[in-house]
Amino acid sequence: MTLSLTYHLQVVNFLAAMLLLIAFAMLSQRRIVGLVTLFAWQGAALSLSTAIVAWSTDQHHLYYSAALTLILKVIAMPWYFYRLVKKLDVDRDVEPMINIPTTMLIGIALVIFAFNLALPISEMSGTVTRSTLGIAMASVLLAFLMMITRSKAIPQVIGFLAMENGLFFAATSATYGMPLVVELGVALDVLVGVFVLGIFFFQIRETFDSLDLKHMEKLKEK
Amino acid sequence: MTTGILLQIAQTLAAILLAPLLMGWVNQCRAWLQGRSAPPITQPYRTLRKLFHKDAVIAHNASPLFRFAPYMVFACMALAAGLVPTIANDLPFSPAADAIALVGVFALARVFLALAAMDIGTSFGTLGARREMLVAFLAEPALLMVFFTASLISQSTELPTIVETLAHKEFVLYPSMAFAAVAFWMVSTAENARIPVDNPTTHLELTMIHEAMILEYSARHLALIEWAVALKLFTYSALGIALFLPWGIAPQGELNALPLAVLALVAKMAVGGAALSLLEAISAKVRLFRAPEFLGTAFLLGVLGMLIHFLLEV
Amino acid sequence: MNESLLSQMPELVNLAWMGVLCWIGLGFAALFLQKSRGLLSLVFPLGTLVALAMAGLGLAGLLLPASAVVLPIGLPDLPMHLRLDALSGFFLLLLGGAAFGVTLYAWGYFKDLAAGPLALILLWYHLFLAGMSLVLLADDAYAFMVAWEVMALSSYFLVTTDHDQPAIRSAGFLYLLIAHVGAVALLLCYGVLQGGEVANAGAYTFAYMRHAEMTPFWASAAFLLALFGFGAKAGLVPMHVWLPEAHPAAPSPVSALMSGVMLKTAIYGLLRVTFDLLNVQLAWWGTLALTLGLVTALYGVIFAAVQSDMKRLLAWSSIENIGVLLAGFGLTLIFYTDGKGALAALTLTAMLYHALNHAFFKGLLFTGAGSVLHATGERNMDRLGGLMAAMPWTAWLTLMGALAIAGLPPLNGFVSEWLLLQAFLLTPGLSHSYLNMVIPVAAAAVALAAALAAYVMVKFFGVTFLGAARSPAVSHAHEAGWRERLGMLWLAAGCVLLGLFPVQVIDALAPVVRLLTGQTLVNGGNWLMLAPVDAERASYGPLVFFAVVLVTLLLVFLWVRKAYHGRVRRSDPWDCGYPEQDARMQDSAEGFGQPIRLIFSSFMRVERDTPDPFDRQPKYRGDSRDKLWVLLYQPIADLAAWLSEQAGRLQHGRIQWYLIYSFATLIFLLVFVTR
Repeated sequence: MTLSLTYHLQVVNFLAAMLLLIAFAMLSQRRIVGLVTLFAWQGAALSLSTAIVAWSTDQHHLYYSAALTLILKVIAMPWYFYRLVKKLDVDRDVEPMINIPTTMLIGIALVIFAFNLALPISEMSGTVTRSTLGIAMASVLLAFLMMITRSKAIPQVIGFLAMENGLFFAATSATYGMPLVVELGVALDVLVGVFVLGIFFFQIRETFDSLDLKHMEKLKEK
Repeated sequence: MTTGILLQIAQTLAAILLAPLLMGWVNQCRAWLQGRSAPPITQPYRTLRKLFHKDAVIAHNASPLFRFAPYMVFACMALAAGLVPTIANDLPFSPAADAIALVGVFALARVFLALAAMDIGTSFGTLGARREMLVAFLAEPALLMVFFTASLISQSTELPTIVETLAHKEFVLYPSMAFAAVAFWMVSTAENARIPVDNPTTHLELTMIHEAMILEYSARHLALIEWAVALKLFTYSALGIALFLPWGIAPQGELNALPLAVLALVAKMAVGGAALSLLEAISAKVRLFRAPEFLGTAFLLGVLGMLIHFLLEV
Repeated sequence: MNESLLSQMPELVNLAWMGVLCWIGLGFAALFLQKSRGLLSLVFPLGTLVALAMAGLGLAGLLLPASAVVLPIGLPDLPMHLRLDALSGFFLLLLGGAAFGVTLYAWGYFKDLAAGPLALILLWYHLFLAGMSLVLLADDAYAFMVAWEVMALSSYFLVTTDHDQPAIRSAGFLYLLIAHVGAVALLLCYGVLQGGEVANAGAYTFAYMRHAEMTPFWASAAFLLALFGFGAKAGLVPMHVWLPEAHPAAPSPVSALMSGVMLKTAIYGLLRVTFDLLNVQLAWWGTLALTLGLVTALYGVIFAAVQSDMKRLLAWSSIENIGVLLAGFGLTLIFYTDGKGALAALTLTAMLYHALNHAFFKGLLFTGAGSVLHATGERNMDRLGGLMAAMPWTAWLTLMGALAIAGLPPLNGFVSEWLLLQAFLLTPGLSHSYLNMVIPVAAAAVALAAALAAYVMVKFFGVTFLGAARSPAVSHAHEAGWRERLGMLWLAAGCVLLGLFPVQVIDALAPVVRLLTGQTLVNGGNWLMLAPVDAERASYGPLVFFAVVLVTLLLVFLWVRKAYHGRVRRSDPWDCGYPEQDARMQDSAEGFGQPIRLIFSSFMRVERDTPDPFDRQPKYRGDSRDKLWVLLYQPIADLAAWLSEQAGRLQHGRIQWYLIYSFATLIFLLVFVTR
């Protein structure tokens, strides 16, 4: 029972669960705008949990990470994606490759798998938030699953970013975050990556008149 | 014990009498949100009164099952309303039927209604029965999963014990209940024939589910069914309150907490009803064949709730 | 236990085998009584008495200590060992209880049959009952296999009663084939259990096997063989294909016995081998059984939902229930091997309870379907409908069965499901974290199967008995005779009583549970309230529940009548302004199952002929077939056909060649032996 845990840890656990809930919501979301909104919420949960870990363990550099997450993943990137969707005019219902309940069923299997995988590691780890490691791992796997089941370009990028969210959460929960320099570097990489991909979207659409990555199959040599 | 029995009877009667009021409140909120002028909050009572006074019209080939079903449905819903703690946590009847039995009571009512719908042999009746069972076969296990999440936490399937654990013991934030709450919201919209799964105001054959089943009913039979529908909404709201916002329900044997509990209930129901109509107003009705997907998601979220309990709370 | 009491005990098992003998005697007597129609019609009523006696003996065997006897029947030096302990007693009670109702029903059902066919049915029917009860009594592998074969063969002849129809012949063949593949597995299983001790003449007795030492490897081999062999009999996916073919083909009372009782003998065998004969149990067996059981349950219920033939629908539903039983078995094993004796006791109780329940409600549903078939000559629900008016008794009694199997309170199906779900909820605390997490998912699967069962039953009852008649055959329908009604009434009473008195039933089950798991389920409530763990945790009081429902119903009815009025006006149903509505516009059976077919289409091979829009005489045909048949059985059948074709080359027709084959074999064996 959680009775022994302090309140802020309960909140971190709760936010971890939110992260997972949002990951599942992403799996079942058909519209791209909805996906972007969910991504923003996931970023918010991540930023909040990082801030709470920072406060409870008195690690100041985590505050910077939290702020960075807030600015990049809750404000900047979603805003950019909204604009992109509007410009490219791609906000329609997208049928995923596998139907949604089946995807979620696979997702549940992944959660069980991830948790049991994380169990020995989190038992070794002495940090207070160790039980969240399984959830972080599950979020990574779920984001990967989302990338597999979507054929459109923007959902794939969001899936990639959600995966990064999961990794980031794993870092904060298991080891109280990476050194600030590394985090800054990663954040910069992600930011640049997103912009480059945005440019690519325009290119892809100009070439194929669609953002459906199925058309890329034509590029392979016969 | 006697106070318990009195409280039990009082709670059940209050639920039966107040259920149409909640329905009226939801309708009112909905009308406001849609920019219409709202009917008075007592409109459901007037409708019931009108229906009870009319002569019942029954098809020639109706069997006794058809006439029996409304009574059965009403009795089941009254029973269900008596099982959920609303103001006091002291329910002497609850050991006879726990949360799983509550799901059974809902199922019993539903099966009778579906069978009655098939009794006349019109195309609408069977269509409604089929769709209702389609919704039910996913909604029912989803509701069970919600209960299971709560009972894993409280080590009990008795609703009063669940409420006691959640409200009257030390406050703990249960992440699994967040999943359960989302699943519960999805289930309750489906079970109460609300948007996005069904629309209580439609009579369009492409979309209606619940209304298609009761097309053949009139007068007192229809009144009983309408009342049962209101009771079901009330019971589901009470369930939502008991599981996710149980603070305020009077603990066992504390009679002086009762007035506060009544106030808390009224406030929670008012907010809950408004929230329901708001959610209805902002969501779109899904295609019929998206409904299984919607409910399948609810079911799996319920399962996830249980898993999260094992991940984070054990 | 004192000496004098023990010396009296063999009486019970002696009475039991005498009962078996009575059934055999009745069967053969019928064969010789063909001349006298009057005497022939006495056989079934006598059979019901034997069934009742067997149920009584079963109950006595359940409550009294075990008794055993050795009969000098059979091969020299291989006497027949019989034993009646609590486990046999429970299943004998189940057999007797269901057989009483079904035989009563059969008495009326077959009354118009000509003397010749009737005598044959009487023979096989009673041999079938005798075979099943002997399976339960057998205490050595030899007696068990003989009884098992008697059961399989007599039921084969019953299935092929209407052997002039090719479809029924092929159904019978499939049944016989799979029954024998299963029997071979069982034979091997007993071989493993006795440890290959050829020299020891006593090694074939169960008493020897109980004490044989087993390595985990050989124990697992024995368990897997038993699971395969008994699974083939029980209709475990993927060995289930014979069940939806054979059960509908048999006359309805026989279907009732096959579904209600015969499938349980397989469950009995599985329990006997796993918990009684084997000394070692491993956790992964439980996981395997749980998984297979859940797959079977879901598979069965999904296919039940898309059937149009009512008996086939019921057969698929039997597969579902077997799946639930097997899941319960698996869970029991998991708890048992994890050292959670109390939980194992709870799960086993739930499972045995469900077995008993299924015997009653499935018997009731098959007999109800039999009455419909008898009255209309129609098994296809697409041509039935509106039978409630013509046959109200059958309809209301069948409704009881349908509500019970759908797991609705306060009937019996709900109690066993409730107990099983409680067991699932108690899992936290298992030593394997994987299992801890997989089991809630299993609970979800059980809940899903139960909810789908309600769908299936609404379809079955609604399409068959409610609505308007879909074909002229239905208009000549007549109510079932009094004997049939009495038989169904017995089964329905079983459903109600088992539902209302769970505490008493569970007390009666305690000896079996103690025998197998070493512990019993302690009821934390009183005689009214069932509380499997303790009253704080969960309790259920069906009598109180039922009383409250009744009182509420009565109050509401009286209040509506007193406060208002009871005026009724009859008219035509509302036609939405389209007057050309007719009975064909109701949902057909296939239409009702269409959503399920659409959702679960990946498990099925759907064959449909949809008519052209301009077709003047449109014909629609739709069939949802089992995909496993194509994926698994067709290749096996093809392989067998190919192999036999190859073997056919050996056939020359000249006797010299055959002698050469024998000679070569002899030489080979001689070389093999002398090495």
